[in-house]
Order: sequence, then C-alpha cells, then structure tokens
Amino acid sequence: MKAVLSIRCPICGQEVKLPDDVLPGEVVEHDCGVVLEVVIKDNAISLKPLEGVSEDWGE
Amino acid sequence: MVRIALVYDVARWEEKALIKAAMSRSVYIEPIHLKSIPLYIGNGLQRPLGDADIVLQRSLSHSIALESTVILESLGYRVVNNSTAIALVHDKIWTLCRLLQHRIPIPQSAVAFSEEAGRKVAENLGYPIVIKPVNGSWGRLVSLAENSEALRTIIEHRSYIPNPTFRIHLMQEFVKKPGRDIRIFVVGEEAPVAIYRVSNHWITNTARGGKAVPAPISSELEDLAIRAAKAVNAEIAGIDVFEDPRRGYIVNEVNAVPDFKNTVAVTGYDLPGKIIDYLIEQVKR
Repeated sequence: MKAVLSIRCPICGQEVKLPDDVLPGEVVEHDCGVVLEVVIKDNAISLKPLEGVSEDWGE
Repeated sequence: MVRIALVYDVARWEEKALIKAAMSRSVYIEPIHLKSIPLYIGNGLQRPLGDADIVLQRSLSHSIALESTVILESLGYRVVNNSTAIALVHDKIWTLCRLLQHRIPIPQSAVAFSEEAGRKVAENLGYPIVIKPVNGSWGRLVSLAENSEALRTIIEHRSYIPNPTFRIHLMQEFVKKPGRDIRIFVVGEEAPVAIYRVSNHWITNTARGGKAVPAPISSELEDLAIRAAKAVNAEIAGIDVFEDPRRGYIVNEVNAVPDFKNTVAVTGYDLPGKIIDYLIEQVKR
C-alpha cells in the first residue's frame, strides 16, 4: 500500500488527491473537469489526461 | 489460497470494487495493468501472471481484451470471459447471428454494404430505422433515420469516417420501447440483478444519461439472459433487453466486460462479490 498522495493536475495545476490503493491506469476525475489517468513508473506516480478510449463496453 | 489475476487497461470503480471484494474474501488478487507489461507469445519466457489460478478480463478496450485473452489462453491460463466470447461480442453482427442461431429473439436486423442496399433495407423494415456501428458501446454513433433523406445523410457521413467498418451498415428496426430498456447481468448459471435504464431519449445507456432503476427479474427474463450469455459463450455478461409490446423480450446486445457501477448504486446488490465468488467456485471445481 502506498501512502495517501496529493499531486498536481497536469492541466490546471491544482491539487489532486489520490486514494491509498491507487493503481496504474486508474481513472481520476478532477474538479477542473479533466479526466486523468494514473501513471506509475519506477515507483513514481504522475497523472496524464485520459486518452480517448475508442472501444468500450458500457452500461 | 485461490489466486486471481485481474487484467485491465483502465482502472475504474468496477475494477477497484472487484479488488475490494476479493480482499474481503481473503482471496489473493493481483491487478495487472496490461499497458505496463509486455505479453510474450510463447518462447519459454516467464509466465506474465505467475501462478494465477484464474484470470478475470476487465479491459475496457475490446481489442486489448481480445488480444490479451488469446495470448493468456495460449499460455495455459483460464480467462473469464474467454476469447471466443470476447470475439463474438466484439462485433454486433456476430453477436446477433449467434443469438439467432440459439433461437433468442432479436430486433429485425440487416447489413448493407452500400447506400443502395441500405435504402432497400429501410424500404423493407420501414422508417424510422436504426443504423449502428458494428462495434462500440455507450450508444455512440448509433443513428436514427426518420426518412430516406436522413438515411442518405447518415450513410454519406459514415462513408467519410476513415475506418472500413463504417462502410458496413448494421440496420435495425426501431423497437418501440416503453421509455426504458433492461440491463440484466449474468454470472455463470444465474442472472442475479437487473436495472431498467429509463430515458425520454431513444438511446437509454446510462453513459448517455439513462437513469438506472432496479428492475424485477421474471423467470422468463432470467432464462432469456442466461441463454443469451451462453449463446456467445460468456460466463459473465451484461445483456441489453428491449420490451416489445407485441413480441415481449428482445435481446439487443451482449457485453462481455460490463460496467456495473450504476447497477450496484441503485440496487445495492453485491455484484463484484458475486463475480469473485463465481471465480473462486470455478477454481475449486
């Protein structure tokens, strides 16, 4: 388990809080309206805008 | 201890809920982000998911779901849903043909490969008529042609989309739904939970604003849903059902990696737990 994290939104620069069980590829909706995706590389966590998913299943 | 690998490309509420459900059952579950690892095809390299007893496929992308499942199956893993199910529901035409072969009622449907053929279909099935992409979900790019001019426009627009599948026009009768359709979930031999997707708009997907409301499950509906899942070889599925005033239940689509956040929210049913219990049962058989 990782500690609770607070990092910057790559779009608006404001704080984004991540849960303690955050996963790579996790979708995070930020207050600024952008949908972000968690990237975990070499134990470092960052965020990037979620790429459009061209194929999906849905509800 | 049962070991489950959950493979995914994007982690949403559903994937986190499945992980929590497994952890609450003292089952070992390993989330595997498919974009973070290479998948080698054979050649004696290390098995990518170690000694997982069973794999739950939760990729949002149809293509990633299908290709990764085929590879994992070739390495000896048992994947739910399997590659046959994912391939069959990847294409709505394949799904409809499978449902038909299993005598499951479907909307009147036809495929046209040209505007001329499309006009003939519309003359036979009547207006308004629905034109759908052969794959995709959330009701995206599903169109309704009220008349021949609208149909011509829709087909012309589709012809300029740089994807050859958009030259394949899946056309269906417009089923006069009672302001809602049904999403019913199948897990193994059961159909434990269903919702109505209520909307004033003819596209009722919750991703498009349809309101989720708990729906009762009659024995007829349960039987139909289970048969529909079996028709496409799916063990876990979301089945979309129309209620036609004259013909009764009609199966519209089958989803092999279904969303269920809204279903859990409005019904309170522990669908993630049900899915994990099913996987445990499969391993112990």
